[in-house]
Parts: sequence; C-alpha cells; structure tokens
Amino acid sequence: MLNHIVAKSLRLMSMSGNSVLKRIDWLSVLFYFTLVLIGWLNIYSSTVTEAEPQIFNFNALHGKQLFFAGASIIAIMLVLALEVNFYERFSSLFYLIAMVILLGLYPFGKTIAGATSWYDLGFFNLQPSELAKVATALALAKYLSDIQTDIKRRKDQLYAILILLIPAILIIPQPDPGSALVFFALIFVIFREGLPLYYLGILFLVILIFVATLKFGTLWLTISLALFTTIFFLIKRKKFKVPIIPFASALVAIVLFSLSVNFVFNNVFEQRHRDRFSLWLRLEKDPKKLEQIRKTIGYNTYQSEKAIESGGLIGKGFLEGTRTKGDFVPEQHSDYIFSTIGEEWGFLGTSLVVLTFTFLFLRLIHLAERQKNPFSRMYGYGVVSILFIHFLINVGMVIGILPTIGIPLPFMSYGGSGLLFFTILLFIFLRLDANRLKESF
Amino acid sequence: MKRLLLSSLVILIGITFLGRLSYLQIFSFSPDQIAEDPAIKTIYDYPERGYIYDRNGKLLVGNDPAYDVMVIPREVKPLDTLEFCSLLNLEKEKFIKQLRKARIYSPRLPSVLVHQLSKEDYGRLQEKMRKYKGFYIQKRSLRYYDTNSGANVLGYISEVNERDLAKNKYYVQGELTGRTGVEKQYEEILRGRKGVQYIQKDRFNRDIGPYKSGSLDTIPEQGKQISLTIDKVLQEYGEQLMIGKRGGIVALEPSSGEILSMISGPTYDPALLVGRKRSRNYTKLYNDTIANPTWDRSILAQQPPGSPFKTLNALIALQEDVIEENTTIRCYNGFYVGRSKKGCHCGGGLRNVNSGIYKSCNAYFAGTFRKIYEKFETTDEGMDVWEKHMKSFGLGNYLGYDLPYGQKGRIPSKEYYDKWYGDNRWSSSYIISNSIGQGEVLATPVQLANMTAAIANRGHYFTPHILKKIEGEAISNPRFTEPKHTTIDRKHFEPVIQGMADVYRKGTARWVQIPDIEIAGKTGTAENFTKIDGVRTQLTDHSVFVAFAPVNKPKIAIAVYIENGYYGSRYAGHIASLMIEKYIKGNVTRKDLEKRMLEKTLEREYAKPYSGEEFKINEYVW
Repeated sequence: MLNHIVAKSLRLMSMSGNSVLKRIDWLSVLFYFTLVLIGWLNIYSSTVTEAEPQIFNFNALHGKQLFFAGASIIAIMLVLALEVNFYERFSSLFYLIAMVILLGLYPFGKTIAGATSWYDLGFFNLQPSELAKVATALALAKYLSDIQTDIKRRKDQLYAILILLIPAILIIPQPDPGSALVFFALIFVIFREGLPLYYLGILFLVILIFVATLKFGTLWLTISLALFTTIFFLIKRKKFKVPIIPFASALVAIVLFSLSVNFVFNNVFEQRHRDRFSLWLRLEKDPKKLEQIRKTIGYNTYQSEKAIESGGLIGKGFLEGTRTKGDFVPEQHSDYIFSTIGEEWGFLGTSLVVLTFTFLFLRLIHLAERQKNPFSRMYGYGVVSILFIHFLINVGMVIGILPTIGIPLPFMSYGGSGLLFFTILLFIFLRLDANRLKESF
Repeated sequence: MKRLLLSSLVILIGITFLGRLSYLQIFSFSPDQIAEDPAIKTIYDYPERGYIYDRNGKLLVGNDPAYDVMVIPREVKPLDTLEFCSLLNLEKEKFIKQLRKARIYSPRLPSVLVHQLSKEDYGRLQEKMRKYKGFYIQKRSLRYYDTNSGANVLGYISEVNERDLAKNKYYVQGELTGRTGVEKQYEEILRGRKGVQYIQKDRFNRDIGPYKSGSLDTIPEQGKQISLTIDKVLQEYGEQLMIGKRGGIVALEPSSGEILSMISGPTYDPALLVGRKRSRNYTKLYNDTIANPTWDRSILAQQPPGSPFKTLNALIALQEDVIEENTTIRCYNGFYVGRSKKGCHCGGGLRNVNSGIYKSCNAYFAGTFRKIYEKFETTDEGMDVWEKHMKSFGLGNYLGYDLPYGQKGRIPSKEYYDKWYGDNRWSSSYIISNSIGQGEVLATPVQLANMTAAIANRGHYFTPHILKKIEGEAISNPRFTEPKHTTIDRKHFEPVIQGMADVYRKGTARWVQIPDIEIAGKTGTAENFTKIDGVRTQLTDHSVFVAFAPVNKPKIAIAVYIENGYYGSRYAGHIASLMIEKYIKGNVTRKDLEKRMLEKTLEREYAKPYSGEEFKINEYVW
C-alpha cells in the first residue's frame, strides 16, 4: 500500500508540473535556509582547524553537517513529492513505529556520554527521539481532529495528554530529560483546540510556587499568602461571595505543595540539579561563592555568556572568535552554537537569528490558522510548539537566563538526526499548507 | 484568546531575548577586549631605553641589562619550593608572600616575583627556569650612569604605580617610567615603544598560534638617543664646588638659551636610585627634610633676588625716561622712607647709573624706583608698567623650560598689594624694598640666570632648555629657537652693562677677577628669615651673584645662589668666576681660590638654627 501511494504521488508531481513548488510558502522556506546557512557557517567556525580548512572534509564535523544538509534537501523533495493525505492517514502508524523504536533503544541503543539515545547505523548515529517529535505531532493532530474527539471531555483531554506523555516517559530514563521536556510543548496544540486555559493558570501557578519556594522559602511564601488573603477578604468580601472552604483548601494545597517542593529539591534532586537551580535563581547570597559556582558548575553558561558579551555590537568577524578558537565554550558546535554567533557576529548576528526565528514562528502560526483542514492546523501548531520550545530553552540557556538543559537549536546546532527531522517536521507542514486550497484530499 | 496564546508568547520571548542580548553585547560590552580575553596571551618585547649624552657627545646615562623573575599564578604547578628559593636567593616566607600578592593582583597576568636579578643569578637560573611552570625571566634594562652628578637634571626611573597605570593605558605592571628631570620630561622619546605579540590560547592554556596570524603584533620601537645642552665637565665641576653648600647654580648660553649646567646643592649620586636599592636610598634622601637633596633648588628655590635686581630697575627707569645715564642721586649713607632711614654700604656721595650699579647703592635705586612711580598719576599705573617690564624678563611666571617642575617666583602686582594693604592705601614707599631685590619679589636661580642672559643679549632671551638633539638632530621647537624680546630698548642696556662690567673691574666684585676674561656681573646679598620656635629670626644673608662673559660676545650667563653665604662676592662671586673660567678656558688658573672654594663648607652656618643655642649671623670668619 505504501509503495502504491509513493508511486502515485510521484506520478502526480510530474503530471501537475511542480504545482507543489508553486504553492509552497516561500517565505518560510527562505527563513529555513537562512537559519541552516548561518548555522552551518558557525559550525564550520567552531570546528575548523587551521591544518584542515577544507569545507568538504567529511571527517570533520562541519563536513558531516554539510552532508546532512544535502540529505535534508533530498528529504524535502521526498516530503513534498508524497501525496498529501499520506501523512494524515498513516500518522497513527508512524506514532506506533516511533514508540517501538524508542523502546528498542534499551536493548539495542548506543550509549554516548552516559545517555542511551542513539542507534548506531554505521555511517551515522540516529537519534530516534528526533523522529518521535514528528510522529507525536502528527499523532496528536490526528487524534484531536478526529470527529469523535471532544476536547471539553475529561477523558479525551487525558488521551490527548497521554499521546505526548508516552514518548516523554520513554525518553526520560535514557536519560535525556531535555528531549522529554520538548513533548510537553505540544500542550499548546491542545490549548489551541479548546483545552480550558485555567490549566495553563494552574501550570503557571505551580511554576511560580516552585520558584518562589526556592527563592524565598516556604515560610515567607505562607506569610505573604496569608497577608494577601487577609487584604483580599477585607476589600472584596462585600462584593463577591467567595466560597470559603474551597478557597481555604486551595491555600492549604499551595502550602503543602511548597513544602513538598522543599522536600523534593533537597532529597530527590541530585546535587548537580540543585546547583543548576541555585545558579539560575541566584540562591547563593555570597557573591564570591556565587562567582565560584558560575565558574565551576556554571562553567558552560559562564563561558558562553562571556563569549557572547565579547562579541559586542558587530562581533569579531567570521573565524575570528578567540574564545571559539580556544574552545572555551564546551559543546559550542552543538548546543552552544548560539554563542559562536554571538562572539563572531555580535549583536547584529544574534538579533538577526532571534528575529528570523520569531518571524518564522509567527509566519507558521499564521499559516496554521488559515488551514481549512483541522488536521493541518493542529499539525502546524505542533510544529511551531516543538520548534519554539527548542528555541526558548536553548537560547535561554546560552544567554544565561534559563538553567542548563541540553537541547539543540533547531536547524543550527550540529547533529545529523536533528537537522534531518526538524526539516522533515517543518516541510510536512509546508506540504500540507501548499495543498490547502485543493478540495480533494 | 486561545488563538493568540502561542503568538504572544513567541513575541514576548523574542523581545526578552533581544533585551538580554543587548544587555550583554551592548551595555556590558567592554571595548578593552584583548586585555580581558582569556584566550589571548600578550607578550611584550621591551626596547632599550635611549642613551643620554651631554652637549659635547659625552655619555651621561646608558643602560645595564637586568632580569626580573615573573610569575603567572594560575600557571604555577606544585614545585620544590626550597630548591627554587635557594636558586632565587630568596627566603621561603618571602616567596610565599610574594606569590600570594601576585595572585591577589591577578591570577592570569604576570607579576614580578623578584626584581632585578644580578647577572650571575640570571646565569644560574636561566637553564633551570623551564622546570618551573608559571615562572619566567623578563629581561629589562637598568640605567647606568657615566657620571655621579646631574641627578636633579637627569631624574630617575622607577616602576609604574597604580596611579600611572590608571592614567596611562600604555603601561602594565612592572614597567619603568621616568619620575623627575629629563627622564620624566622626555619619557616617551627615551622609552621608545614596546613590541607586543598576541598569542591565541585554548582553554587548557596552551598556545595554539599567533592571534590573527600576528597581524596585530608590533615590533618594538627603539628608544631614541638624546643629547642635552648640559656640559658634563662644567656640571661636575659645579657640583664639586657646591659640596657643603646649599643653593643653586644655573649657567646658560645666552645666544641659544641652552642650559650649560644646572646644579642644586646638596645633591646625590644618580646611581643611588637604580635597581633593587632604589627605594631604600630614596627614602633616605627623601627623609632628609633639612638639607633636602631631592629638592632641586636651581629651579624650585624661590628667594629674594637681592641686588642683581637693581640692574632691571635701572633698565626700566631708562626705558621710562625718568632718568638718564648721568642723572645723579645723592646717597646719604642711606636713604629716607618717611622718617625712617635705610642704610647703604656704598660709601655715600653722588651716584649715577654706572656707579649706582658697581657700588650697589641702595639709595640710588630707591630714588630711581620712586621716579618710575612718580611718572604716573597713580601708583596703580606705575605698578602695572613696572610689572609688565619685569615680567618681560621671564620673572614672576613659569619660564617654560623643558623640565617637569618649576616655580613662578613672584613679581608683585597691584592686586597683590591691594590685598595686603587695602585698595589705594599703599604707595611706592611701601614697596621700596623691591628696588633692591628684597621685599616681595622672589626668583629662582634659573630665572636669575635667564634675566642675566637677557641683559647679555641686550634685550632678548631664548627660553632656557635642556634638550639639544634627538638622535643627532638638533631640536627645532620654536618655543626654544625663537627669541623672546623684553620691553626694554637695546640702547638702554649699554650703560647698565657698563656698570656691571665695572662691578667686576672696580666695584663689589673686584676680588673675583679672572685673567683675560672680561666679566659683567652683579653681586647680591639677600636678607632672609626663618622661624625658630615660632619666632621670626634673621639668618646669615644669602650670597648671590649673576654674571655673563665675555662682555661683548657673551658665551655664558650664570646665576649663583648660595644660601647663607653672606655677601655676594664671598661665595657666589667666587664660584661664578670659577665656573666661567672653567667653561671659557677649559681649566682654572687660580688654583688657590679653587682649592679654597672646594674645601670650604657652610655646614656650620646651616647647623645654627638647629643648634638650639643663640647664634650670631653674618660673621666674617671663614
């Protein structure tokens, strides 16, 4: 059946005279190529050695990345060539396969740097969590767009969340908590489709209490809550009839949660996690000790911040980054690629990248909203959610405003599976979008 | 709402990131990149400091190599401290202390561990240094003095301090800079420019090649040789004559303003302020607050000029047409100010310009001074004219010579007296002492010499200067090569110079005659006071002499100021005549006088105010 569809779609493409290429959203494609190009130039700068400056050196990392960029173009052509309803129809199957492949890591996976996240395919290592992102986005869109699904129903909400929870749970023990976190971003799709926004409120409250507890302690949190409540009651009681019992129990729940945060932080978290938080939230009061933590545990962030800072407005120039050349920032070609941009291209470079990403996301949201087919819209939202969470966490970490969580910057970080599957993720949506005006699916 | 959730979040995060990035890259960005970059090591290559020669090409200051042991604390690996210390000739405690100090200064930048090793120590250390990671030897050069005089003129160099570092970005810790004298004045010429080499390092602190392929590196620029206007022989001779005396001697070449010698007594051997013993010796010199050897009296001591000042008053009176060459004033063995009589030692009788000068008659100049003021309706006007003339001789303000320090001296103005006595509540009688160089006027020896040069040139002078050539090329700075004209017409100088020549032929300085050389000079005896236990006490007069020679084609103008040397010809006159003879003839024929001047000291005189006992002043005993 699969063969049949491939053959049919290839025939369709040749018959309709590249109609897909005419309808594709070229603005998104332009953003995509801009990011890939900037990404590759900076990978080249981070990894090139004076002894071997050749671009087409497939032993060097930048050479490998160039190879995957080529592979991505082939993948794009393939994605665009396939018949449009192929993705929707087989999305459940993809999801199932992806989960099996994730499970298969435990017996067959290859361990690199302590994480069993890869299959060794000989010429390259495949990271199936990247594939799972595409499959989950498709599956979620498929489930939500089903006529029988009603997102107002608790049961359907639970199923929807389960779809993104399963891959996350499979990935956490690799261990790769960063990649697992990405799947939670798909909650934005469910919100778009009608998940009540107070879920978001609760989520926000949980994060707020977590941070406030670490920063100020349970005692201060309780005191300020009590104060706030008292004032609230004094002012508002006459106007509203506030149900006292649920309100009080909510307060108690908050205090209990705050206590449990303390417990989890001190007893369940490992020291390295604690250090990351104490660095992020500046929990250490002594500036000397804080500086010490910055230079040891926070070494990566410290160096990447300094590298970015040293770039100034216009940067030191391509291949001129001294800290990049001196390898001061670890993992600079992969997770910390943004710091190379910061050092060598300065604020002009970093703001160009941030703006390109922002415009790409806004463009994709706009495209998603104009879809007639709900599946396309939901998938579009899934694509933006996944790309956006990567951008948020990665850049936030590199510029030192979020704790260290190791996930790549889409289209730019070194990594074959990453580039390939981010490309596929994006271009499936562009394929769907190119077809939006056609009546027949 | 649900449609806008993700878009607004995207925009919010985009703005947050741009804000953070602009904070990092625009507001926190420090332009001093290379110095702060841990990925770049900076290596300096120091050029040799320029040599200093005298006007005849004789070496004054050269260089000796010296070696500093430097340390970069971050790179220090555990080492055999005892062995290393014995190699360095250093106590272990001191070593640990120095190392800690260096770490506090900066773990990443080099600090000096041991200053200025001897050549022998360097030889022993050199081959073993590579064993000790984080330590290395930096070659520098130390000043070597081919003379034991001229310390005040040459100045000295010492390590830059925090203030220098903050003021001038060129310097880094451990470098040397000129502190006083020529070393300070011509620091940048003598110093040259150090070469810089930038090395790219990786995070393990290994060198991985030149930064930017060495395109920013510079090669050192050699320090330039300079020649001073100083005559080494004359300078050394003058300093010998000043042994045991306090005061200053400045000798100029009137036709160019070149400073032939500039002597301050007491002085010290410039070699004392070189190398490891510099700071101990300097403290010792600095703490001698009575003799004050580090205080350059030739340019800093502001004293009443005494009688040499009379020559200028005569010139002003002639210029203002209030006297003529033969106008006479009677001296009654003194003169009257109101009802009080001021004394005069000239012997009394009728005086004119000529005899007024050569007999140094106080009464004649008091009268002349009054005549200047009587010409004008108000004293204020007279004062302005008098001040203008005086200042045209380079008095009462900085001369503008090329040494880093100086004093203005003082030519009082009407504002000065208005402040003192009140508006219009003073007249020429109040300030009559200025006529004979006492009162409120003050001048430094270099100003007196310059004034003498202006008389020798009959009306103009060249700003005194110490620099003659840079790399053999004569200076062309118009500040020093163009004459400054006084406000006195040329014709008025002849009678005054005649008087000065007669000072020497038959006047107050007839004891100091030099065979075959015609001198024009003027003696001075300046009253002075100090405070002893809060009581104003008069001390023995200062001995002053200004002169130039030969009268018709002056080669040298000189001012000698000997503190508490009593009357003018007693010390200053003799010393001046010896200096002139030495300079013009090359050797001194009057060996007796020379011997006497070399041996005589005034230590007894200088001890008086500190003896705590009653003492007599102006004694005739030698």
